[in-house]
Amino acid sequence: MSAEEPHEVHLVVNGTTYDVQVPARRLLSDALRHDLGLTGTHVGCEHGVCGACTVLLDGRPVRACLLLAVTVDGHEVTTVEGLAGPDGTLSAVQEGFRQCHGLQCGFCTPGFLTTVTAGLRENPDPTHEEAREMVAGNLCRCTGYQNIVRAVERAAELGREQA
Amino acid sequence: MKPAPVGYLRPTSLEEACRALADDPDAKVLAGGQSLVPLLSMRLAAPSTLVDINALPGLDGVEVDEAGVRVGALVRHADLLAHDGAARVQPLLRMALSHVAHAPIRNRGTTVGSLVHADAAAEMPAVLALLGGTVEVVSARGTRTVAGADLVVGPLESSLAHDEVATSAWFPALADGQGVGFAEISRRQGDYALCGVAALVRRAAGRVVEARAAYLAVDETPTVVDLLPALDGDPDGDPDEARLAAAADLALASLSPAGDIHATEQYRAHLARVLTVRVLREADDHARRRGQGGAA
Ligand SMILES: Cc1cc2nc3c(=O)[nH]c(=O)nc-3n(C[C@H](O)[C@H](O)[C@H](O)COP(=O)(O)OP(=O)(O)OC[C@H]3O[C@@H](n4cnc5c(N)ncnc54)[C@H](O)[C@@H]3O)c2cc1C
Ligand code: FES
Ligand code: FES
Repeated sequence: MSAEEPHEVHLVVNGTTYDVQVPARRLLSDALRHDLGLTGTHVGCEHGVCGACTVLLDGRPVRACLLLAVTVDGHEVTTVEGLAGPDGTLSAVQEGFRQCHGLQCGFCTPGFLTTVTAGLRENPDPTHEEAREMVAGNLCRCTGYQNIVRAVERAAELGREQA
Repeated sequence: MKPAPVGYLRPTSLEEACRALADDPDAKVLAGGQSLVPLLSMRLAAPSTLVDINALPGLDGVEVDEAGVRVGALVRHADLLAHDGAARVQPLLRMALSHVAHAPIRNRGTTVGSLVHADAAAEMPAVLALLGGTVEVVSARGTRTVAGADLVVGPLESSLAHDEVATSAWFPALADGQGVGFAEISRRQGDYALCGVAALVRRAAGRVVEARAAYLAVDETPTVVDLLPALDGDPDGDPDEARLAAAADLALASLSPAGDIHATEQYRAHLARVLTVRVLREADDHARRRGQGGAA
């Protein structure tokens, strides 16, 4: 068996089903960006440290750069493109980041948005310390985190208002 | 960087997985991939084939009874961390797991994979060795049980043979009179520790009769040190400072802290000393509370 033999992978990304042929070594982050053209998922370090590539797998945040696409055959993926409403309305988390200036260059933002979306689903009313811990696994070179933590707290407020 | 070309198998039975590993000495087990995939991407590992165990049946359960906690090879760190039954029977699991990586990594990485990966900076191999737990191992040649203390033999080197699959790990329950403590220092919550210490103390008839600590991110392998000689005879009051300091000295005598870009040898030794005192006191307090009929 040749190592580059393509594998058929079925992925449901943001509600749309995709069938792609990928070699076993294709990272999920690359499958999303190159095979599906969903370039919202960013790639920084490619070894799990920066968090830029974080997506939701069956609703839970994971590093897309630490998953081989072939291993998530049949699973559901939500990328940053899937967070806004169908009409483009920003989600509470996106709105929180917008209002509190939680981004400058925006490179890290997709990973923060997916991480915080799942984090607030699990803990809708985080303390300041919990809000900090929620984003501790993501690196941002620009904002110094003050605005990001504020954005998490604002998103929690918006989420509670909407609920 | 990207992984090199690699073959991929997703067996649906343990026999099939064992046969694939027996047939190909360059094949490697893939569990959560949270340690293996970065090694592939950096091309520090170049297996011929990945044997993905994620479709094997019966490996995703946590079983809790009065004797201890059995963790299947597909149980993710996050699920063991959230498991209330496991935390009740052996509180050290939750104490330590809350320090293992960040949530997105815990959602995929497995606790058994972390044990087999044999990283001296990882929390769970140290916890398994401290508690005297075991790992269940299967290959085409049969099954065997590996003692936690014999699991890690060198940096990133476990005592498993290349064709063996770890199917579960077993962590003993906290026994009567025992208490546990855990502390680590890292640069950010969730990062690998600069130094971490887990401790177990048992009290009986108002005296400390068992005291051990396990060290991670200090030596090349997780190290368990018997600290009872320093604490023995502790009267039934607060653990006395002199004895705790003697316990830290005793621990340091068995450790050879390594220096790296994040911490010098001296700084690691200092952390090991401070954390030893802290976790011994925590474990002793825990043992006292439980001794007085407290469930915690
Ligand atoms: C950014 C980052 C930070 C991290 N921080 C920490 C931390 O603070 N503390 C910590 O402990 N860990 C940390 N980890 C590692 C994490 O805990 C991994 O989940 C764990 O080391 C490996 O588990 P896995 O299931 O992902 O194994 P894999 O990556 O799939 O495999 C690791 C190794 O174990 C072997 N293996 C796995 N399962 C089995 C099995 N059942 N039988 C036989 N062999 C097997 C594989 O062949 C491979 O050699 C971190 C990882 C990353 C990426
Ligand atoms: S690119 Fe995946 S964590 Fe950095
Ligand atoms: S906004 Fe630039 S890296 Fe975070």
